[in-house]
Amino acid sequence: METNLCVAGFGGQGVMTLGKFLASATCDSTNKNVTFFPSYGAEQRGGTANCFVVISDETIGAPLGDVMDDLVIMNGPSLQKFLPTLKQGGTLFINSSIVTDEIERSDVKIVKAPVTELALELGNAKVLNVIMLGAYVGYTNVIDPEIVWSTIEHKLKNKPKLLPLNKLAFERGLLIGQSQR
Amino acid sequence: MSRVFMKGCEAIAEAAVRAGCRFFAGYPITPQNEIPEYFARRMPEVSGNFVQGESEVASVNMVYGAASAGVRSMTSSSSPGIALKSEGISYCASARIPMVYVNVSRGGPGVGSIQPAQMDYFQATKASGNGGFQMLVFAPASVQEAVDMTYQAFDYADRDRNPVLILADGVIGTMMEPVVLPEMKTDEEIASIKESKKSWSCIGHSLDLANRSWIQPGHWKTSDMQVANEEAAALYTSWEKEAQAEEYLIEDAEVVITAYGISARIAKAAVDLLRKEGIKVGLIRAITVQPFPYNAFDHIDYNKVKAILDVEMSIPAQFVTDVETGVKGRCPIETCLCSGGNIISREAVMEAIRKMVSK
Repeated sequence: METNLCVAGFGGQGVMTLGKFLASATCDSTNKNVTFFPSYGAEQRGGTANCFVVISDETIGAPLGDVMDDLVIMNGPSLQKFLPTLKQGGTLFINSSIVTDEIERSDVKIVKAPVTELALELGNAKVLNVIMLGAYVGYTNVIDPEIVWSTIEHKLKNKPKLLPLNKLAFERGLLIGQSQR
Repeated sequence: MSRVFMKGCEAIAEAAVRAGCRFFAGYPITPQNEIPEYFARRMPEVSGNFVQGESEVASVNMVYGAASAGVRSMTSSSSPGIALKSEGISYCASARIPMVYVNVSRGGPGVGSIQPAQMDYFQATKASGNGGFQMLVFAPASVQEAVDMTYQAFDYADRDRNPVLILADGVIGTMMEPVVLPEMKTDEEIASIKESKKSWSCIGHSLDLANRSWIQPGHWKTSDMQVANEEAAALYTSWEKEAQAEEYLIEDAEVVITAYGISARIAKAAVDLLRKEGIKVGLIRAITVQPFPYNAFDHIDYNKVKAILDVEMSIPAQFVTDVETGVKGRCPIETCLCSGGNIISREAVMEAIRKMVSK
């Protein structure tokens, strides 16, 4: 069993961090093979950024597949670019706050999460990726949410002030994901 | 040993530290920046030295100096930066200085692109600088392999008193994977490695002008230069038996894919999927690209094989020239290529194979 995930958005939306949290949690808590591969241009912010996470029971060949099982889309341009790579019956997670385009495919499942709005409601626009990670984990159950949270906790150990906000964000996302199952 | 989730560049740097590397000098370039970044943080913890040089040329020559003093030393860069370092690498080869360097290669020629590529094959294996010197060149296909090869590279460099190159690519350098790290060499082991180089290195002899160490990247007398080159050539010839390849499902294969590094890893996944379709396909992966594992191509059953497919992230193809030497005209060779920073697609490899077997 192999799961190919692509996370795509603008630089600065935490796209890489989302993928890294998920992949690290998988490495720390399972015997599965896992790869994380980032892809970005020369820009730090504003350019397109995407990453690929592969989780597999077997040896992983390509760290970026041609066909995605799941797709997390954080902005409009990424939808145009990556929607064709999503397999039939795959799941599209979408930042419905800013991606308002009609989804031109009826053969995929869609999970909508208004993560930009929710992050602003929580008081920090930067946590939109953690909300989305929660939604992804909550919907797919690909890995125990507790383990993902402990990975986030570990990664943020030098910034303990940020933990309560991230905890709220992650839990908010989990609920969104679980409710759309 | 438990596994840790690390980025290729960082894992390479940690492997070097564990192998006893205590001097690193480099200059920033994407996609290998995490190597110097990691060393900058890590070297002070192990009483080593990290220097960000003012240029590629400066940093490779700092490594030349540190390695001349018997310290395990390393530099790294990416394609255009490696080209700039070629002067210092050639000097190390001429002076027979052990050092390790890593090329996390990207698109070329020129400044090329910052994305992964395999466009430096000729540079790595045929002419890494002036003067026709050679090196052992390892081509990792996973982060774990990059770690293991880097760790061993220092032993090879010291054994041969010669530079060793790890030819990685932007995928291996920037991807994260679980790895098991090798043992950390103790301070005593590191001291004894340094001590073992005393006969030639500049490690502080008492004032003895007749017997002082003298490092020189060439000789004034033509006869001395010829002797040095003959000795080096004998070393290069001795490597023949060290060529390494992975031979995967080639016994009954109708088509054999050949590749190295990340392309080989992606091609191997294509082999597994094609086998499920009932297509008899195998893979020869070069693990060392210098010396090249020509012998692996003698293990193919040319009565069964229709053709060989060379897969590489280089246009024009470069690796294929060594494949041709190994195949010796015993079957046709086709190519499946991409370039410019594009990563080879598993689907494209599968499609190429399907076409070949249906002919």
